[in-house]
Amino acid sequence: MPDETESQSETPLLEVKDLKVHFPVYGGVFRRVVDHVRAVDGVSFKVGKGTTVGLVGESGSGKTTIGRAIVKLTHVTAGKIFYCGNEITPLNRNRFFPYRKKIQMIFQDPFNSLNPRMRVESIIGEALDIHFPGMSRSERRDRSADLLRQVGLEPRHLERYPHEFSGGQRQRIGIARALAVEPEFIVCDEPVSALDVSVQAAIVNLLQDLQQQLGLTYLFIAHDLAVVEHISDDVLVMTEGKIVEQATAREIYESPRHDYTKKLLAAVPKF
Amino acid sequence: MTRRKGMFRQVLERPLGVVVLSVLGLFYLIALFADFLSPYETSDQDLQKTYHPPTAVFWDDGGLQVQRYELADPEVMGYAKIEGEGAPIQFFARGFEYRLLGLIPMDRHLFQVEAPDRIFLLGSDETGRDNFSRLLFGSRISLSIGLVGISIIMVFGFMIGGFAGYFGGFFDSVTMRFIELVMAIPGLYLLLVLRSTFPEHLSPAQTFFLIVLILSFLAWGGTARIIRGMTLSLRNRQFVLAAEVLGQSSWKIIWKHILPNVFSYLIVAASLSIPGFILGEAALSFLGLGIQEPSASWGLMLSQAQDMKVFMLNFWWLLIPAAAIFVTVIAFNVLGDVLRDIVDPKQKFLNR
Repeated sequence: MPDETESQSETPLLEVKDLKVHFPVYGGVFRRVVDHVRAVDGVSFKVGKGTTVGLVGESGSGKTTIGRAIVKLTHVTAGKIFYCGNEITPLNRNRFFPYRKKIQMIFQDPFNSLNPRMRVESIIGEALDIHFPGMSRSERRDRSADLLRQVGLEPRHLERYPHEFSGGQRQRIGIARALAVEPEFIVCDEPVSALDVSVQAAIVNLLQDLQQQLGLTYLFIAHDLAVVEHISDDVLVMTEGKIVEQATAREIYESPRHDYTKKLLAAVPKF
Repeated sequence: MTRRKGMFRQVLERPLGVVVLSVLGLFYLIALFADFLSPYETSDQDLQKTYHPPTAVFWDDGGLQVQRYELADPEVMGYAKIEGEGAPIQFFARGFEYRLLGLIPMDRHLFQVEAPDRIFLLGSDETGRDNFSRLLFGSRISLSIGLVGISIIMVFGFMIGGFAGYFGGFFDSVTMRFIELVMAIPGLYLLLVLRSTFPEHLSPAQTFFLIVLILSFLAWGGTARIIRGMTLSLRNRQFVLAAEVLGQSSWKIIWKHILPNVFSYLIVAASLSIPGFILGEAALSFLGLGIQEPSASWGLMLSQAQDMKVFMLNFWWLLIPAAAIFVTVIAFNVLGDVLRDIVDPKQKFLNR
């Protein structure tokens, strides 16, 4: 059926339609809802398969909330999120579970995103446990070692605890954990913001290599336009819960239209 | 951050920790071997030798002798030494039968004297029972009640505090309001009310568990609140979020991610609540609502000191259980403090 294949290729991997996430503000003696914080206020965008969409904005602009809404870490006030054309917003925990294997997340703070009381083997093994319950112990260990190699670490690191690693190494472990479930789509929530500049480049390059090898799709959230411009195909610029500019990375960099984008660009340090 | 050493090792690195652990270790060893160490059973009376003062021990005839006494003044229970007369102390001789550590049948005791002479290292009470033996047997109850109690409150405190903190919402409000309600009622009165809702005379084992349950009911709330607060903050840590994104079940997140990270605090909270159990048991037994005669517990032994006679005639040895309670409670409090310093060095800085 040629029609269907064609329509499938047209369907973006992820589509967000008019997404709103509001948080209530309580006040007064009886803790009534007096107002809402409009963290995300009517955001729409598409992410094509195998591409990287950058999402930039200052702190508090709502970009992290969008990422969290996609992986169901936060509620959605209004709007719809489609994955492969299927709406995932109304799914409950159990029905969303298959998508947990397809959509993964890399977190911002490598010092916070790994359980300090678990060895690397258990950290990666946990992901394998959940989505490949049939794996034997030795298979799991082999797979974890492979994953470590894939992110530029060594199998001997499996025995160690997170505090024995540097920030960049920890972020690699976080990436290995996300890759363990063989996802299609990864929300990268400011994956390099907490790292040294030299390490940032290494992690960004790793993410790009992995994308080529595994055909991954990224939503790359950052506040640093330089990093986003480097890795992204398309860039969304966000402020105060709204997307103010949406263009290819090149266009954004060469001819920004919105004032806010110009301000962000001016803030990029020049070397 | 360096590699965390075991908590136990860290306690041993502090002088105060070594002292406290040795004291408690000694007490628990004594409690374990109480039947071997004590010359008499808790119910072994000698009505000829009531309120006997601690007997002197001297060296004669190539062996240790226990001084013989005669009742000089029956009015005030005054005993006088019979000069030069003593009974030899026998070591590892046969006495009453028992099971060592509850397993090995034995009848040997560390020391004793041949009847009708008696050895009262810490004097005797109003029915002539050996205070020393009763103190040792009583330590079993007083020392174990805290350990059984904290196992209960650690489990309940963690489960309820962890669920309330992790899931929040209705369960959280209901449990926290309930804990506040329990805490708002003065503890001793609630203790007495709860105890009086059960039959007064139960078997010693039943009484023991009843007391533990009542005391745990009063104590789990504090632990649960601490654990809830910590869970609330852990809940938003990124490694917990990462587990959620992986699709880990809430139970496993609480078990694998929350528990290991609150466990050290759980131990601190627990060790600080042991004195409450010891004092609670002592209070109940003192008021006659706890362990019943002829079993021994420190609180029950103290209740004899309520007698005006004991006070007027200065039978000071009947107050020794109070010293034992005092030392144990202080030791557990200090241990809790040392553990807290290890787990949370910042608080030490802020509090002092």
